[in-house]
Amino acid sequence: MISGHSTWNRKHLLGMEGLSRDEISTLLETAASIREINRREIKKVPTLRGRTVINLFYENSTRTRTSFELAGKRMSADVINVSVATSSVAKGETLYDTMANLEAMNPDVVVVRHPQSGANEFLAQHLDTAIVNAGDGRHEHPTQALLDILTIDDNLPRLGRDNFEGMEVAICGDSLHSRVARSNAIALKTLGAKVRFVGPPTLMPTRAEEAFGVKVYHDMDEGLDGVQVVMMLRLQRERMSGGFFPSIREYFEFWGLSRSRLAKAAPEAIVMHPGPMNRGVEIASDVADDPDRAVILEQVANGLAVRMAILYRLCAGRRKD
Amino acid sequence: MEENEAPVTLIKGGRVVDPAASFDATADLLIVDGVIREVGRVDPPAGCRVIDADGLTVAPGLVDMHVHFREPGFEYKETIAGGSQAAAAGGVTSVAAMPNTAPANDDPSVTGYMLQKARAAGLVNLYPIGAITKGLKGKELAEMGLQQQAGCVAFSDDGYVVMDSGVMRRAMEYSRAFGALIIQHAEDSGLSCGGCMNEGVHSSRLGLPGIPVESEEVIVDRDIRLAELTGGRYHVAHISAAGAVAAVAAARKKGLQVSCEAAPHHFTLTDEAVVGYDANYKMSPPLRSGIDRNAILEGLARGDITAIATDHAPHERDSKQVEFCRAANGVVGLETLLPLSLDLVREGVLGLMETLACLTCNPAQLLGIDGGTLGVGARADVVVFDPDEAWVVDPRRLHGTARNTCFAGIKVRGRVKKSLLAGRIVHSDGR
Repeated sequence: MISGHSTWNRKHLLGMEGLSRDEISTLLETAASIREINRREIKKVPTLRGRTVINLFYENSTRTRTSFELAGKRMSADVINVSVATSSVAKGETLYDTMANLEAMNPDVVVVRHPQSGANEFLAQHLDTAIVNAGDGRHEHPTQALLDILTIDDNLPRLGRDNFEGMEVAICGDSLHSRVARSNAIALKTLGAKVRFVGPPTLMPTRAEEAFGVKVYHDMDEGLDGVQVVMMLRLQRERMSGGFFPSIREYFEFWGLSRSRLAKAAPEAIVMHPGPMNRGVEIASDVADDPDRAVILEQVANGLAVRMAILYRLCAGRRKD
Repeated sequence: MEENEAPVTLIKGGRVVDPAASFDATADLLIVDGVIREVGRVDPPAGCRVIDADGLTVAPGLVDMHVHFREPGFEYKETIAGGSQAAAAGGVTSVAAMPNTAPANDDPSVTGYMLQKARAAGLVNLYPIGAITKGLKGKELAEMGLQQQAGCVAFSDDGYVVMDSGVMRRAMEYSRAFGALIIQHAEDSGLSCGGCMNEGVHSSRLGLPGIPVESEEVIVDRDIRLAELTGGRYHVAHISAAGAVAAVAAARKKGLQVSCEAAPHHFTLTDEAVVGYDANYKMSPPLRSGIDRNAILEGLARGDITAIATDHAPHERDSKQVEFCRAANGVVGLETLLPLSLDLVREGVLGLMETLACLTCNPAQLLGIDGGTLGVGARADVVVFDPDEAWVVDPRRLHGTARNTCFAGIKVRGRVKKSLLAGRIVHSDGR
């Protein structure tokens, strides 16, 4: 378990950038202790009774929205979902106005998913409500990084490790468009892991080595060589205007995770994926479904606990004047 | 205003700097009927208005060869009258206004409309820049000759690039018949596609789509070859990339009629300013890296960049108070032009004379307009400023309509005390 002093004074969770090891540790400890609630027969505690959480989703995401909704409800918060298709945004209202209107109803936390990088930062600067970034453009997705780290942390014994120091993690695929890659790279570096970005040059962030302190590989076999964690990214076809690679079959041939390719990694290596998966595109089904290697469903379960922990910390850490 | 009507004005005891004449000395400036009559030791004639310039610098009214005044079509962003106020407050007495209005200034009727509005405001000499192509679409040449007759002083599709090499070639060829300057917004639209800030470490960390410097450089490289092919006069607007500065320098060395301008925000800030996603740091071309910024400073120091222009681009609040990538491009700059340019002197990049040349006679010469000089017989467009007075840029106190400065809260040095347009005081500090 990542250890550190218990620290959390932040009003928002906007990204992993700038979070200290102690802050990460605090959130993970909170999540680990909350996790037990989700295994009870009656999965509900009164912790956030009377609190209001609004999920403001400008992008479709069944899994993240459900996870946040359930996180709030299991702690007895009132949870409202606002999604773009059914809101006044479709009528031309600005992000600022939508958020200001929601804020006028005095929620405790607003969880925002938005296709534009920096949208959460923009809201946090202009408005007063606590904001949780549930993914902004290609910038950050901090709760995903936290659940990924909790999952790796859970698996430290089978990896034969005590901590993240010096652990080799390969983040593979479309890191250019990936907020998951950014948040994970930043957080893993904070914890002392060594991070690799593996993928075609056209899907690599500019000067990634310098920007994120990672090593860049364009050859999947080299990139996976000896790593203990293989983190696959979803190929975000909806974020691409086209032309980043010639075809899906060529992509899978060179950058897809097949069983034979996984053999390049350390024998005990775990395979992660933030979902939803494109089977046969970035990951072969037999790898994705391999209970000895894939920890993908553990990630989902941890996601719920992490989001409960965030909501708890932001509500408990903040007094309304 | 009574004092505005004084036919004789004496600006007394200032440090008069006139780059057009390489003149720099303490002197008096006598203005009669809107024209400079005498520079030297002058006893005040009876009944003359005296402006005490003791401790102040007296220079030709600044010439900004690149502004957007938004009229016609975008009056909610700014009007010609409002832009003129900002110019007067910044010590700018002549501006060249870009044609990306609605309708675009690709027709003599639009040119005439702009001139009429500027005359009515009476605060600045406005020189319209005509479109290179009809509707700024980059396909068919606009009526350059007729536009020039109507008052256009140069041609540009600014805001857009002339992407088609064949069209650009014809534009440079055709413009030779009129001796016209072709000003290019150099940006390969395929390379910058979707980008909203400089491509680099910061864009990677912020997760914002980047615009590589090559987007500017490949167009400048291409256009220089076309300038060589055609013998046209070519000018790069708001140069931002180190490679483009080097290409312009090489072209000038070769003797081609190639020039460029730099904007104060590009030689003052870098793309690090975007951290925080404040849309007031969003402009086109974007703020670049420290390497590019240094290249611009060196280009100014070596004389390869001969003009400083603001690319004054007013926007209403709504188009900036949005997510970064969705925000409009552009920042206002007229009122920070002089103090930021004076930083070049303080940092030892250029002397005061050379800096003022970039702000006065050099752009006037590029555009072929009167102005930018204090020579006897010249129109009395004059700026009187305190080069050292410090002030903090407060968006609420800017003139004109727009508030989108990227220098909000920044302490700058150099304050305009008086702006005179043909001898009339059009701006007085504190009023």
